[in-house]
Amino acid sequence: MELDTLWIILTGSLVAACGGLLGCFLVLRKMAMVGDAISHAVLPGIVIAYLLSHTRDSLLMLLGAAVFGILVTWIIEVLSKKAQMQVDAAIGLAYTSLFAIGVILISAYAGQVDLDQDCVLYGEIAYVPLDRFYWQGLDLGPRTVWVLTGLLLFIIAFVYWGYKGLFLTTFDEVYAFSLGISTTFWHYSLMGAVSLTTVFSFESVGAILVLAFLVGPAATAYLLTDNLPKMLLLSVILGVLASISGYYLANWVNGSIAGAMVVMIGLEFLWAFLWAPKHGLWAQRRKARSLDLSDIHLEG
Amino acid sequence: MVENVENPVLELHNVTVAYQRKPVLWNIDLTAPSGKLIGVIGPNGSGKTTMIKGILGLVPLSSGYVKLFDQNLDAVRQKVSYVPQRGSVDWDFPASVWDVVMMGRANPKNIWGRYTPEDWDIVERCLAEVNMEGFRKRQISELSGGQQQRVFLARALAQEADLYLMDEPFVGVDAATERAIVKLLKNMRAQGKTILVVHHDLQTVSEYFDWLVLLNTRLVASGPLAKVFQTDLLYETYGGKLNILSKVGDLIQARQHPMRESS
Amino acid sequence: MEFLPDLLDPNARWVMLGVMAICASSATIGSLTLLRKQALVGDAISHSILPGVCLAFLIFETKAFWVLLPGAFVSGWISLRFIDWISQNSRIKSDTAIALVLSIFYGLGILMLTSIQHSGNAAQSGLDKFLFGKAAALMEQDGYTFLVFGAFVFLFVSLLYRPLRLLIFDRDFALTTGFPVFALELLLSVFTVSAIAMGIQAVGVVLMAALLISPGIAAKYWTSDFRVMLFTSAILGASGGFLGAGISLIWPKMPTGPWIVLILSLIALISAFLGTRKGVLRQYWMHKQNQIKILEENILKCFYHLGEPDASYEQKRSREEIQARRHFPPSRLNMGLKRLGRKGLLASQGGGACSLTEQGIQEARRIIRVHRLWEIYISKYMHLASDHVHEDAEAIEHIITPELEKELEHQLEYPIKDPHDQNIPYAPKK
Repeated sequence: MELDTLWIILTGSLVAACGGLLGCFLVLRKMAMVGDAISHAVLPGIVIAYLLSHTRDSLLMLLGAAVFGILVTWIIEVLSKKAQMQVDAAIGLAYTSLFAIGVILISAYAGQVDLDQDCVLYGEIAYVPLDRFYWQGLDLGPRTVWVLTGLLLFIIAFVYWGYKGLFLTTFDEVYAFSLGISTTFWHYSLMGAVSLTTVFSFESVGAILVLAFLVGPAATAYLLTDNLPKMLLLSVILGVLASISGYYLANWVNGSIAGAMVVMIGLEFLWAFLWAPKHGLWAQRRKARSLDLSDIHLEG
Repeated sequence: MVENVENPVLELHNVTVAYQRKPVLWNIDLTAPSGKLIGVIGPNGSGKTTMIKGILGLVPLSSGYVKLFDQNLDAVRQKVSYVPQRGSVDWDFPASVWDVVMMGRANPKNIWGRYTPEDWDIVERCLAEVNMEGFRKRQISELSGGQQQRVFLARALAQEADLYLMDEPFVGVDAATERAIVKLLKNMRAQGKTILVVHHDLQTVSEYFDWLVLLNTRLVASGPLAKVFQTDLLYETYGGKLNILSKVGDLIQARQHPMRESS
Repeated sequence: MEFLPDLLDPNARWVMLGVMAICASSATIGSLTLLRKQALVGDAISHSILPGVCLAFLIFETKAFWVLLPGAFVSGWISLRFIDWISQNSRIKSDTAIALVLSIFYGLGILMLTSIQHSGNAAQSGLDKFLFGKAAALMEQDGYTFLVFGAFVFLFVSLLYRPLRLLIFDRDFALTTGFPVFALELLLSVFTVSAIAMGIQAVGVVLMAALLISPGIAAKYWTSDFRVMLFTSAILGASGGFLGAGISLIWPKMPTGPWIVLILSLIALISAFLGTRKGVLRQYWMHKQNQIKILEENILKCFYHLGEPDASYEQKRSREEIQARRHFPPSRLNMGLKRLGRKGLLASQGGGACSLTEQGIQEARRIIRVHRLWEIYISKYMHLASDHVHEDAEAIEHIITPELEKELEHQLEYPIKDPHDQNIPYAPKK
């Protein structure tokens, strides 16, 4: 395997791993579309960051872009509470307006921003190996890989140390609140992490496809297990597998690598939807057809 | 018929709660004694769940205040345990019985740390009290209604609280589980705990409770069972909403009028 | 102004009209999905048309719109079915199903599109207009298509107005009465997917959702009448289309789609703020009105109470006397006294003092009467301690209408004294 191939697959896997871990909580909290909103809303932030820093290297600027992700979460809350808007309408309104602003900025400053519309919509993961990270004259590999690795470590730490809070507020938010736990903190922390993930995955997979990395493997894992830690691990594994197989698919049809990875994510989901051992379609039909006497418990 | 007690475990002082600007609980003034099994009954939509949520600070109060153990909620959160309706949670969640009951051991101070062996012992004990020790590793999606209710109760027990607020715990639960839970509640009462139960079934009221609260958007009665469980009071509770009260409530909502002049 | 000459160009004119038509149609159809709480399904369908477009191109090897459009339609339709299939047959919830279908169909579309682009097939170069929407690249015939579609939408909504209303607001009832619910939903889905397939050419995949729901969101803040709402959202949609397309005509560098969306979003936000039905400003205005009413009535009560001990209601009172009886912030007291003077309820007596006019006395009696009646009512029915009833009555007295007052008097059987043993001042018989 060529080194460049490795970098590309690694990048995809890192995006998938970050997405998978956070996505489990998005799916369980029924906030998949808020994740969609965040991934669109960060576009103006990214464009502004590029405009201000004139380079792709400014991590600080990109962190600022992540603020837009939290901003859209806040806008959605304000619209639904203060303006009494339906939540789904608030989500749609919030992210389409921010995304529109982003596209307008790109067009208006086309010369100054190193972004084109294609990149926005599906990224260009193939360029990743070209943008290297140099330290004291040493080529340490693609910058993106370093950034994403850092992000992944951060997310792993967040999920590990915050597991209790995330579990409580996801499973039974009301009960957690009654215990005195700050549900607001966990909500915004999670959304902040999602926002960071979408910003840093932007160059590789674009604004829209990142949603598939967030939701796909997590949803597949949800069908395969009843244990949250296993679900987290599975979604990472599934994401990595999709990245690897997606690369080769893209090569075969000569198409977008990110797109191919998403197609593989889709196939994984379809497979689980149909044939997952307990929660798949086939398993459910089989259970419904045969009356299983051992399912009747005697209370005691 | 409203009887008040000295040193109440729970006090509602002129509490009004609004939902979307319309009052659903009007001017509730009541005190509840400690060490009793208290039933809260009333027709659907009479504000029973809202009252519990108001006590726990889950919904804001339009007027008045609530005191628990003669203090504000935040000072005594550890002593109060909430058992929500079973339908309030998605039982498809990937968790085991153990994971759910463990939740009862969490609090803001230990949220970043791990659960201790002491926590494990307590959870073990609570599972035994509700007869679910064998179900420790069972996925909650596989539980029956009665088992789910027992898990919720075990979680509440794990908090080792003194006041338990339960919202319709017997809905959709089989008779044997209901009997077992009531037996457990009476044991808890014997240990000096107070249990307040929003109850849906008039048939079993006299068997279960020592103290009764009748609600129909406003307080109809509150006191010892014998004095409150009377036909005329039940008629008042279940006999439909107060006409004028409803109209005033609608006006308040339409004009977004404040419930108190200072607000 | 440069764009006026552009509009005289017949091509530009038809395109402009076409854009307005598709915006109005999408807004109308979108309002229906908005009311059914399916706002984001439109978003999913928009993203899902891409594989269909690419497949149609690959099979028929042409970019003709009557080939690509059906392709978009089929793909969008299948995505709808997938969303239902997934959410109804597994533990996957509907929001996750929507997100999955949206992103995976889109990913498939991207893979196909890039594959086509890289294959060097010369005919493919216009395919990406489905992604971004290039209203400026629309042709006259596209304009005709949009107008015709708009006419169909108008017919659909006008002829089936009643059935649609039933479907949206009382679906369960419709089901029980044997109403052809599924057929109507099918028809609605067909129109939705068609509107999306067409609108995408103007604004692109991502922003299509805004065309569907933003005008409807705005309209809801101005009216609760279904028919008016549909009409308003169509008008707002068309305006957004006009302004957005206009902007990109003046500044050719500007992409049309995002500007249309931005204007529609602004319209929605302004409506949320200013809207007469539920807008934030209205809430604020009502709050202020309530505060003023409460202030004025409290001042009147104050005068009355000062006169009660010796029935000297017409006596003039100074500001100090009023403040002694009940505290008001001085500026608010001044404002209240002025307003009451203008309404003829108070008369100025010089030196800053005022007195109640005859009308003022009647009004004050009414407020006190209502206050005391309410106190009786709540102490009778709510078993409140007598020291608690006053506080509640202080707030409620301002909201009891004359009709409610009569009901109260009747219900309580015309009591003479309140819980604090004070007289209830009934109006003198005429």
